[in-house]
Amino acid sequence: MTTTVAPKSTRRVSLTELPGLEANRRLALPRSSERTLSNGLTVIAIRRPAVPLVEVRLRIPFAKTHLARGDVLSQTLFSGTPTRDTVQIAAELQAVGGGLGASTDPDRLLVAGNALAAGLPRLLEVLGDVLQNATYPKTEVVTERERIADRIQVLRTQPGHLARAALLRRIYPGHPYAVQTPTVAAVHAVKPGELRKLHGERILPSGATLVLVGDINAERAIDDVETALSGWVGGGEPASYPATPAIKPGPIELVDRPGSVQSSMRLALPAVGRTHEDFPALQLANLIFGGYFSSRWTENIREDKGYTYGPHSSVEHSIAGSALVLAADVATDVTAPALLETWYELGRLATTPPKADELEQARQYVVGSLLLGMSTQAGLAGLASTYAGYGLRLDYLIGYSAGLAKASREQVADVAARYLAPAKAATVVLGDADRVESSVRLLGPVERGSSE
Amino acid sequence: MPGRVRIPATKYPVERLKLPNGLRVVLNPDRSAPVIGVAVVYDVGIRSEPEGRTGFAHLFEHLMFQGSQNLEKLAHFRYVQGSGGTFNGSTHLDYTDYFETLPANALERALFLEADRMRGPRLTEENLRNQCDVVKEEIRVNVLNRPYGGFPWLKLPPVMFDTYPNAHDGYGSFEDLESATVADAEDFFRKYYAAGNATLSVSGDFDVEKATRLIEAHFGDVPKRPAPKRPNFDEPDLAAERRDAYPDPHAPLPAYASAWRVPDPIADFEGYLPYVVLAEVLTDGDASRLVRRLIQQDRSATSVGGYIGFMGEPFEVRNPTALLLQAHLPPGGDVDKVMRVVDEECERLATDGLEDGELQRIQSRIATHLLRECDAVLGRALRMAVLELQRGDASVMNDLPKLIGEVTAEQVVAAASTLRPARRATIEVEVASR
Repeated sequence: MTTTVAPKSTRRVSLTELPGLEANRRLALPRSSERTLSNGLTVIAIRRPAVPLVEVRLRIPFAKTHLARGDVLSQTLFSGTPTRDTVQIAAELQAVGGGLGASTDPDRLLVAGNALAAGLPRLLEVLGDVLQNATYPKTEVVTERERIADRIQVLRTQPGHLARAALLRRIYPGHPYAVQTPTVAAVHAVKPGELRKLHGERILPSGATLVLVGDINAERAIDDVETALSGWVGGGEPASYPATPAIKPGPIELVDRPGSVQSSMRLALPAVGRTHEDFPALQLANLIFGGYFSSRWTENIREDKGYTYGPHSSVEHSIAGSALVLAADVATDVTAPALLETWYELGRLATTPPKADELEQARQYVVGSLLLGMSTQAGLAGLASTYAGYGLRLDYLIGYSAGLAKASREQVADVAARYLAPAKAATVVLGDADRVESSVRLLGPVERGSSE
Repeated sequence: MPGRVRIPATKYPVERLKLPNGLRVVLNPDRSAPVIGVAVVYDVGIRSEPEGRTGFAHLFEHLMFQGSQNLEKLAHFRYVQGSGGTFNGSTHLDYTDYFETLPANALERALFLEADRMRGPRLTEENLRNQCDVVKEEIRVNVLNRPYGGFPWLKLPPVMFDTYPNAHDGYGSFEDLESATVADAEDFFRKYYAAGNATLSVSGDFDVEKATRLIEAHFGDVPKRPAPKRPNFDEPDLAAERRDAYPDPHAPLPAYASAWRVPDPIADFEGYLPYVVLAEVLTDGDASRLVRRLIQQDRSATSVGGYIGFMGEPFEVRNPTALLLQAHLPPGGDVDKVMRVVDEECERLATDGLEDGELQRIQSRIATHLLRECDAVLGRALRMAVLELQRGDASVMNDLPKLIGEVTAEQVVAAASTLRPARRATIEVEVASR
């Protein structure tokens, strides 16, 4: 880590030269309290009294769940209990400034929300009622499944969604991660009884994690959870997926979206999980390539060539595997040149070490991002909850920071060669195929893919 | 109503000063996390861009990142991110903001970067052409290549308003963007980017005395230029209903949005706040009136939304502005029917008043949203910079939850009674036949 000396108060301020940085603060982790309740629920509470609110994240393992039923369940979880209907649930939460909502991905169901800090006991009471007694009333289920079907129809007109769906199918053949959006027909077919059954089987405290962050007394907040949620019981062997398959490069997959005025490029490369020894260097290589604005990829295809508004690459983690995913929407006419520049920048980093100042800049950025990410109640709650889903705690950041601090140019170059080489990339381009195919073919073999 | 809680307030300290060149400065020290937010807000936005130059305020915002007196192109990005920070800028109807969030050890660097471009960006033909291309891709990705692009913020103003400043497309036509020149940019900078036309705010972990000294050192010699006089953009309220429709080639579901003029957010803050509450009474969450009626009961809409201002920022907009209600409908849905039901619900609210506990729970939820926005250093820095710019008092930020809490049921009912069809402008998204 580079540190520069703090400017003395008597120093003359220069108006033409960039001021140095004062000494870096050490990464200070917030104190968190943790208790596993008798029902198997792990509760993590962190006091951060900045504003008089509390953030709530309940993460329940949800692997191997029926896609359409899981989606409808998440949208009808708060639709009624024997003592509260959907309006009463929403009104009671609002009365304490609160709100709760549920969402799913292939790994977990997440209940996320917040309230005025004084309203935490009430929020937990409502949450406890829903977790133990949700009834999935027929009327509400029918309404919500129609709304989800409508939303899927809208998604299917969005290039970002279509390109991502095509990429997932391409890189996860035969794996449950390949399809993450249910069909309209499957959503329409979901029955309330199936939701009650799914709830009984999967909405269980064992293996789940509840994170509370805010203007709270941590121990007392956990006591409140114990009071409100101790009647929520059940558990079984957690379901899990096989590891994701290795990414197969293969031909460029071209998905037709007639009339599209841009091409949505999506590329996937191999990656590793947060605890793998390569991860800190991989994260740095990702940043240098395209993981932040001051990256080679952005400086090239946006700031130099004006091909795109916002290219971005990031390491995406799922429980069964990680991938480095690149995304850029480029003008139709420059599809092939933009893809060429993308491969060029991947190849340049894979074959020649980054410059020392590029590496330092990326290192400072990722360390700063951690500080910024932990500086709000919501940021801290999200981080703690996500980590908990992978069996990690915030102290993971100590080792991660150390790994970042000591990653050398050689290590980053080595990792870039093993993970960022263009020869390893799976490439999907969604756009007006008739307009872009002939020029994209100049770069390599192309095969037409289908859009869902 | 059980479970009632008192609406809390924040007590963030707010220090204000003004430099001899006219720059207004707001400082909000809070040492609870080792980060800072820095924002510079200029009192110019989409409404001020010249005729024939639609989209120019936004294009110019991009040019402010392309280098300045002592900074090469790309330097700003690299210095902010290489200090561990993030940056951005955004163009609004009435203002343009530039901001950074950084670890606290980079305060002086952020001040240097902002002061340098306040003295003048490097306006070159090459940068202009490059950013014109980037902006066109931004418009393609956000408007042209997706369903509901620009709905309703770009589509409804031309129905509601008659004058160029209020009615035109703020993203701009490709033709106007392409005809923009370096000379236009120089004029725009000279006229609007004066120190006296801006506020600087800093929030987070810093010492007030030291920050003040650094601000005076870095910004003190930014030349003084007179701030332009802000035109009055007001237009008369609608005398008769207006309505238009357009086909969206990507949209699979019908949608519509209606807008009604509201009182001047600055000159008549007290008269304006009930509309902020009303929008939430109608549309916030499963217990709100329009979600209950349109989605749960009638199933005539698949989503509804309600908010103030075309960009959805009730405390960062000037007159004239509006309350918007919008809905997406299921396939084959009937927009006229939904609009009639919305009228009915507004009428019912105006006649029968609010339910027991309804006002209090909406006020509590708004308070949570306001407090949550303040938790981030940048949220505070931006809000205070704009409040100082538009209202001359950044400390209003601390009062907002309380002011929302003081809105009465009678005021909300009276506001609802003004949402009549004759005062309404509506835009409808037609599903293109495929």
